[in-house]
Amino acid sequence: MKLTNLLTSAAIALGLATSAFADGHEKTKVGFVYVGPVGDGGWTYEHNKGRLAVEEEFGDAVETVFVESVAEGPDSERVMTQMALDGADLIFTTSFGYMDPTINVAKKFPNVKFEHATGYKRADNVSTYSARFYEGRAIQGHIAGKMTKSNIIGYIGSYPIPEVIRGINSAFIHARKANPDVQFKIVWAYTWFDPAKEADAAKVLIEQGADVVLQHTDSTAPQAAAQEAGNVVTFGQASDMSQYAPFPRVSSIIDDWAPYYIRRTKAVMDGTWESTDTWEGIGAGMVGIGEISDAVPADVKEEALALKASLADGSYHAFTGPLNKQDGTPFLAEGETADDGTLAGMNFYVEGIEGDIPQ
Amino acid sequence: MDLSAINPILFIAGFLVAATPLIFAAIGELVVEKSGTLNLGVEGMMITGAICGFATAVETGSPLLGFAAAATGGALLSLLFAFLTQITLANQVASGLALTLFGLGLSALLGQSYVGIKPPRLPDINFGPLADIPVIGPILFTHDIILYLGFALVAATWAVLKFTRLGLILRAVGESHDAAHALGYKVVRIRTLAIMFGGACAGLGGAYISLIRVPQWTEGMTAGIGWIALALVVFASWKPWRLLLGAYLFGGITQLQLNLQGAGVAIPVEYLAMSPYLITIIVLVILSRDKSAAPACLGRTFHASS
Repeated sequence: MKLTNLLTSAAIALGLATSAFADGHEKTKVGFVYVGPVGDGGWTYEHNKGRLAVEEEFGDAVETVFVESVAEGPDSERVMTQMALDGADLIFTTSFGYMDPTINVAKKFPNVKFEHATGYKRADNVSTYSARFYEGRAIQGHIAGKMTKSNIIGYIGSYPIPEVIRGINSAFIHARKANPDVQFKIVWAYTWFDPAKEADAAKVLIEQGADVVLQHTDSTAPQAAAQEAGNVVTFGQASDMSQYAPFPRVSSIIDDWAPYYIRRTKAVMDGTWESTDTWEGIGAGMVGIGEISDAVPADVKEEALALKASLADGSYHAFTGPLNKQDGTPFLAEGETADDGTLAGMNFYVEGIEGDIPQ
Repeated sequence: MDLSAINPILFIAGFLVAATPLIFAAIGELVVEKSGTLNLGVEGMMITGAICGFATAVETGSPLLGFAAAATGGALLSLLFAFLTQITLANQVASGLALTLFGLGLSALLGQSYVGIKPPRLPDINFGPLADIPVIGPILFTHDIILYLGFALVAATWAVLKFTRLGLILRAVGESHDAAHALGYKVVRIRTLAIMFGGACAGLGGAYISLIRVPQWTEGMTAGIGWIALALVVFASWKPWRLLLGAYLFGGITQLQLNLQGAGVAIPVEYLAMSPYLITIIVLVILSRDKSAAPACLGRTFHASS
């Protein structure tokens, strides 16, 4: 009998709790889909920091959920669908390859808001957001051009998408400005996260003479490989990666998603959420430049900081003419700057980079 | 294109290192499968070994103790699989998949405070004058002891399976557990030992990634090598030397394609990126034309009463 009593009171308590929620105090549920593990020390790590900031900001008013290491493609569609079915009000999908899956799932759940990072397809309930990482790449390129002694800069690319190509171009333009003899060696890893492969790619580039390695993959493995090799310069990618400072990591690009995630969660709570396209850079604080370490000569550091300031206040654009495309055709005339449309769809190298972009 | 940028000596030395984790994981799984058990948890045991080895090496300052801990950690985790499949007779495929998921989660938990730490370096063996031989010296005689252990393990596994009574018993259990049981062999005990051996090997392979190949700890850092090891065992038709060849092919072509990309060779990158998988499979399929079959009892549960 006691058990029955217990169960009955439990049921009543549950009923009360449920009605309290139905009373309009329901928590806003925010979901995050990650391409790597939250402990990757790079891209996903920073997105997860944004998620924690949302929890901190709103406390009990929100509930956040996340699924990590979700493969790009059809599997991600399953994960998003499950999240939407579990009652998520807002879902952030944080990798380029989730673009079509996000659109597909969003069609099935018109009342759920979706936010897709680094993509270009939007719908009434799908926003896109990204950061102008290429501004940070300009600063890296400048430091890299000044610091290389072999004049060979290695670059580990993930996938040949506009986001990555833009970064390569921006870094190359500014490395060449700082040092006209610079050459880029580019290796495509075809993965966002595979520490062993990323380390192998870094080692190969170092063996082939690179003494600066830039990465556009998510783990800190290339940093470890550079540290092992000795006198090779690296930059933190997506996160500060300060564990490898002051050397080999001499600076970094830090993605700060927290203010954006808080802003958008607030919009959903207030019912003011609209489909938008957000693309912010150093000026707005979405792209941070990690501390430039003392391994960088003082004058180079000063130039880099000046470059950062001019990018932040908008007085200088990272893609300013005269610039030609790789095949020699004109891209930007003297003083002209690239518009956002061109940047978003960038699928060509600028003049001076060797090799072809995989199609 | 500038092929001279590729240093063949560094390239070969590099791919021997890249292939070693794969060799460990695959040779362990080969023994497990020869005993008639299919353990799909290789990835989970590798990643657990990676963190056990990393943490121990950092705490004690001794990479060799780290490798010992990695083998122990992998073997302990595999005991869970042995318990599920040999004692409670659970489905092997489901248990193996669960082991992988469990290992990934457990390692992430254990590794929380080890992110961004540099592990102590395992020194290369000093071969004295041997290392000074041109070409061969830097390729063969400038590695750490674990790499040689991997090679020795393949040779030992081959010899034990082919020439010893122990190998015969193991194979008998894998081919027909009922017959082996009728002859008085303890099927469950033998399989459990084989599973633990597989776990220890996978653990060593994982630690080779976190302590030598990368070297650092990152969650999920094995990134699928355990699955490649599983495929390799099948494509090598359960033969140790073919397995070694497959691992070197896979590791070698992976390194080669990165090298070719760096040197700017005019082969489309997509083909280069898929080449390790494609070529390894093609070569091993051609080699296995002799229709060597899987152990007859592979994946079947055994109970003395049936």
